[in-house]
Amino acid sequence: MAEHIVQLEKVNKYFGDNHVIQDLYLNIEQGEFLTLLGPSGCGKTTILRMIAGFEEATNGMIKVEGERVEDKEPFERNVNTVFQSYALFPHMTVYDNIAYGLTVAKVPKDEIKERVKEMLELVQLMGFEGRKPDMMSGGQKQRVAIARALINRPKVLLLDEPLGALDLQLRKQMQIELKRLQQKLNITFVYVTHDQEEAMTMSDRIAVLQKGVIEQLDTPDEIYKHPASKFVANFIGESNLFDGVVESVDGNTVCAKLVDGGRMKLDAEGFSAGDAITACVRPEVMGYSLEPVEGFDIKATVKNVIFIGSQYKMYAFLDNGQEIKINRTKQDSNVREGDTIWLHWENDDAYGIKESV
Amino acid sequence: MEDTIKTKRMSWGRRNAPAIATAGPVSFWMIVFVLLPMIYVVVISFMSRNVYGGIDFTFTLANYKEMMEPLYLKVIWKSFKLAVLTTVICLLLGYPLAYYIAGKPSATAAKLIMLVMIPYWTNSLVRLYSYNLLGATNGPINNFLLKIGAIEAPLDLLYSDGIVIVGLLTAMLPFSVLPLYTSIEKLDKSLLEASKDLGANAFTTFRKVTIPLTMPGIVGCILLVFIPSLGMYYVPEALGGGKVMLIGSLIRNQFLVTKNWPFGASLAILMILMTLIMMWIYTRVASLDDLEEVF
Repeated sequence: MAEHIVQLEKVNKYFGDNHVIQDLYLNIEQGEFLTLLGPSGCGKTTILRMIAGFEEATNGMIKVEGERVEDKEPFERNVNTVFQSYALFPHMTVYDNIAYGLTVAKVPKDEIKERVKEMLELVQLMGFEGRKPDMMSGGQKQRVAIARALINRPKVLLLDEPLGALDLQLRKQMQIELKRLQQKLNITFVYVTHDQEEAMTMSDRIAVLQKGVIEQLDTPDEIYKHPASKFVANFIGESNLFDGVVESVDGNTVCAKLVDGGRMKLDAEGFSAGDAITACVRPEVMGYSLEPVEGFDIKATVKNVIFIGSQYKMYAFLDNGQEIKINRTKQDSNVREGDTIWLHWENDDAYGIKESV
Repeated sequence: MEDTIKTKRMSWGRRNAPAIATAGPVSFWMIVFVLLPMIYVVVISFMSRNVYGGIDFTFTLANYKEMMEPLYLKVIWKSFKLAVLTTVICLLLGYPLAYYIAGKPSATAAKLIMLVMIPYWTNSLVRLYSYNLLGATNGPINNFLLKIGAIEAPLDLLYSDGIVIVGLLTAMLPFSVLPLYTSIEKLDKSLLEASKDLGANAFTTFRKVTIPLTMPGIVGCILLVFIPSLGMYYVPEALGGGKVMLIGSLIRNQFLVTKNWPFGASLAILMILMTLIMMWIYTRVASLDDLEEVF
């Protein structure tokens, strides 16, 4: 069994009457890049702050390296944090900022000098030692913050939306750098973000959170292909969801009646007749034709087609008003605004979600 | 090019009209009511006193030499000592209070600041004489201590350095809390978290992060308390009962009682110099921006 570097067991957190974290179980493995992903207010930052020690869990158990840390102060925990706003000490130079963790630990001056140099090389900021943080760009401050957090050689690095303040291009570049850094140092990264693309780019595993509950914890690939809930399907990438009731099951293939009328079929496991099922179909595999297709009866009206450079995005809507997204790399000159199309898909391109709520 | 030529051709008055219109009135005011009197004080501090208590306009350094007499040096030193003591106590009491208030939500903080300011709004003489009543030989404090058996004979609380400091403190505490509150409130709390995260305990965090970053407030507090405490004369007069002579009272006496204006003026110059030195230290510690925020 892989070693769990951080374990959260049955952790609850209330802010007043607000139950922000509900019976949370989370095992983080040594050396993995785990992302806590969710919309604002889902509790992701609170989880991070509880691991760091800035927030006390109302109840439950938190272990770091197998040791309980609930009653330990932040400075007694072998984890370090990269803060959202960098939180660099404005009255100190870059050198003093990075050296801070060692200075307060009273490490000999020579060793500090060496390790700061090492860190500056790691984040490619050689020559910036004497600068004050307010003389640096956002990306540079970010590197200082990372170097400062890493110099204590933590077992776990906690990152709270560290790239949120950077522009898109720099963010993409930093994402790749962070991932490289994490692989090079083989440190566990726990990363908080609300940006699903960022999560997909960097993570080994993603925990998708909603309202203080982990909806799904899995690899980016699995989460994208097999979302555990409608929320996850909508939050990770774009998707078209069709609510239905299972009519018949034939081997792997499920035939279902749509709640708002119509029929569909897909490959899904663990369903039997009468079950509620939601088919999740990604825009790039959403099929359509001008004539009805066998096994399907879903009619849509084309609203418009938008060219965004890499692909054409077609928007259509069902009779019940639901919007359907279809992505194609080539333009289809047969379909115009206002045309009626019939939706279908390959059986294994759809994923059946069993909503347990 | 044409623009520059045009500017050059404009008359001095037209070029400077905006400056005169905006900064003019206040400059006029400051020149008439601050700068000119100041120059006058400097001038008469080098003059001598005539026998009728007027000013004899002959140059002399006698006033400054007179200051060096042990009697006056003692008064100056004592004023300095009391002002330093008041400042230190204000800082020690004001900092924790300001820290506490800064940690409250802004609506609560505003109310608490209001409470701090209330003593400042009450008439200071009424307040000062009430201390006289409280501290009297048969006043409530002595009565209480006698009753619980803490003392056997009434304490001599009045007319001492101690009660003068109490008086100075109540007058000065509001001024110490305000600049401290301003700078502590501005302190980014995530910096304190970062410090703890990196392994510093509460004390180290306070020493290495909180104190340096609230230094403008600390120096502001020192200035706002030290300078007025040094010159404050009605507090020692009211509470010291003439037994505690400070530089403020000395200056007042030179002008109003002994009618030695030149000597009074030279003492005033000394005080202004002490103040300027403090200001100079302040500008070395805090940037000009911070200075503006404190005042």
